[in-house]
Amino acid sequence: MNNEALHYHFDVDGASFANAGRASVETKKLLRQIGVSPDVIRRISVAMYEGEINMVIHAHGGDADVYITEDTILIQLKDVGPGIRNVEEAMKEGFSTAPENIRALGFGAGMGLPNMKRYSDDMHIDTKVGVGTTIELWYRLK
Amino acid sequence: MAVYTHSVTIEPEKCTGCTTCLRRCPVEAIRIRNDKAVINANQCIDCGECIRVCKHSAKRASYDRLDELDFSKHLIALPAPSLFGQFNHLDEADYVIQGLLDMGFSEVYEVAKAAEYVTDLTRIYINSPEAVKPVISSACPVVVRLIKLRFPTLCEQLVPIMPPYELAGKLAKEEALRKHPELSPEDVKTVFISPCPAKVSWAKSVMEGQTVYVDFITSMNDVYMELLSKMKGSEPGPEAAPEAGSVGLRWAMTSGEAASLMNEGYLTADGIDNVIKVLDDLESGMLGDIGFVELNACSPGCVGGVLAPSNGYVARLRLQTLQKTVVVKPNKLEDIDSMDSFGEGIPDEYTESEAFTYMPDGAPNMFKLMLAMKKADALAEKLPNKDCGACGSPTCKAFALDVVNGEADLSDCKVRSQMEG
Repeated sequence: MNNEALHYHFDVDGASFANAGRASVETKKLLRQIGVSPDVIRRISVAMYEGEINMVIHAHGGDADVYITEDTILIQLKDVGPGIRNVEEAMKEGFSTAPENIRALGFGAGMGLPNMKRYSDDMHIDTKVGVGTTIELWYRLK
Repeated sequence: MAVYTHSVTIEPEKCTGCTTCLRRCPVEAIRIRNDKAVINANQCIDCGECIRVCKHSAKRASYDRLDELDFSKHLIALPAPSLFGQFNHLDEADYVIQGLLDMGFSEVYEVAKAAEYVTDLTRIYINSPEAVKPVISSACPVVVRLIKLRFPTLCEQLVPIMPPYELAGKLAKEEALRKHPELSPEDVKTVFISPCPAKVSWAKSVMEGQTVYVDFITSMNDVYMELLSKMKGSEPGPEAAPEAGSVGLRWAMTSGEAASLMNEGYLTADGIDNVIKVLDDLESGMLGDIGFVELNACSPGCVGGVLAPSNGYVARLRLQTLQKTVVVKPNKLEDIDSMDSFGEGIPDEYTESEAFTYMPDGAPNMFKLMLAMKKADALAEKLPNKDCGACGSPTCKAFALDVVNGEADLSDCKVRSQMEG
């Protein structure tokens, strides 16, 4: 992304669920302030929340970066967690590797990645087992 | 479109320019300019928080004064359900209604009764195909305005039914004109006895050409004083028998509205900060399977409104006691004779008069706004970030944006100049 982009960084705290979702709520406020259309805001808000939750469940948190230009929004979610062993499998609805205690909280239903794909114009996953995962969510504004 | 008139006025001679309201305003609509608080009407949601927290009584809600009412007209009092929780040792609602009649009102129509019809209408709406789940109650005008200003994607989830006080006004007028054919519509005026100022703004801000069924909105505080003296030593007659049941009374307390629906998983919250948090989570679509959401700006519901004289929690306790004395069976839609069939959704005459559409503050020009944000972000990094409020803006971030927009001067930041000096 070029220098003209607005850039915001959020630390996704992996220590507890209490703060999970904070980055997507803050991002939503920013997007509203600069007049992004409600439909795009909703899709970003849902997809980013899923991503944040995934980072908390699987990777002890990570970094969320938001880049905004006049015609594109990029949400970059980066962690140094376990990585995704089989991306194709992980993209299937209902597939989950979340432990039982997480499912008991209502998370880990296996809809995270599918929802992120559904609620973005473009999604890139860059992952390596034992190293970490970076997911890019792209949105076209024009 | 009508200009939005918010319901809080500031008394400059009392305002000391302290930063209490500045920092407590949930939507950052207040600035201190020339040592006085100023409210941005476009952003204010009328929650009343600034009235509540002001230590100098410098904020006043605007409403219609009792002594300005013309009691020679056919005035119908519309008491909010919360009014019945304001009295010690009240064991029958009749005393309150008789007191209102003794004050000079020609009739009393309980808003609690209309609330029971709204419950019925909401039940029909929830089961209709056009309902977007979870459906959000539109009874609290603060919540409605907050959603319209800041939660664009939730607008379609608001229940499109007029709030109980409006429906009460409509039904009361129709009934009065039926009972008294000699009266003309101009002679019949409705007076809502309100626990909160947000309802005042709501009535004043509806669009031109729309019918508003509540003609005057008075403060419960004002009515209380007068009513109390009338209630002493007066025995209620048969015309003072309450018509609302316990379902309607419960609307004054958080969860009362939701529980009365009796058919859905529901979520309720009160207090403006909690409401905002729930709306944020709702917008992320992550609250799970919920049919209905009831949100109240005041805690523990309308009984906690800033125009209500009693402590809201005490009022709630009294209402819970009083509830046991009134009939349990609620008023049903079938009883309104003007209403024959409602099988095909909600008839237009009961729907909310103003469409719930997103109305952002000003026309957004993304490029300009982005440029301003970028400048403000850069400036904010040079600020102390103590959010002290001494400059007159609620946070350093807000101050940076105010400077960029030409509404404040960088020299207003005293902390920064001290740190540099």
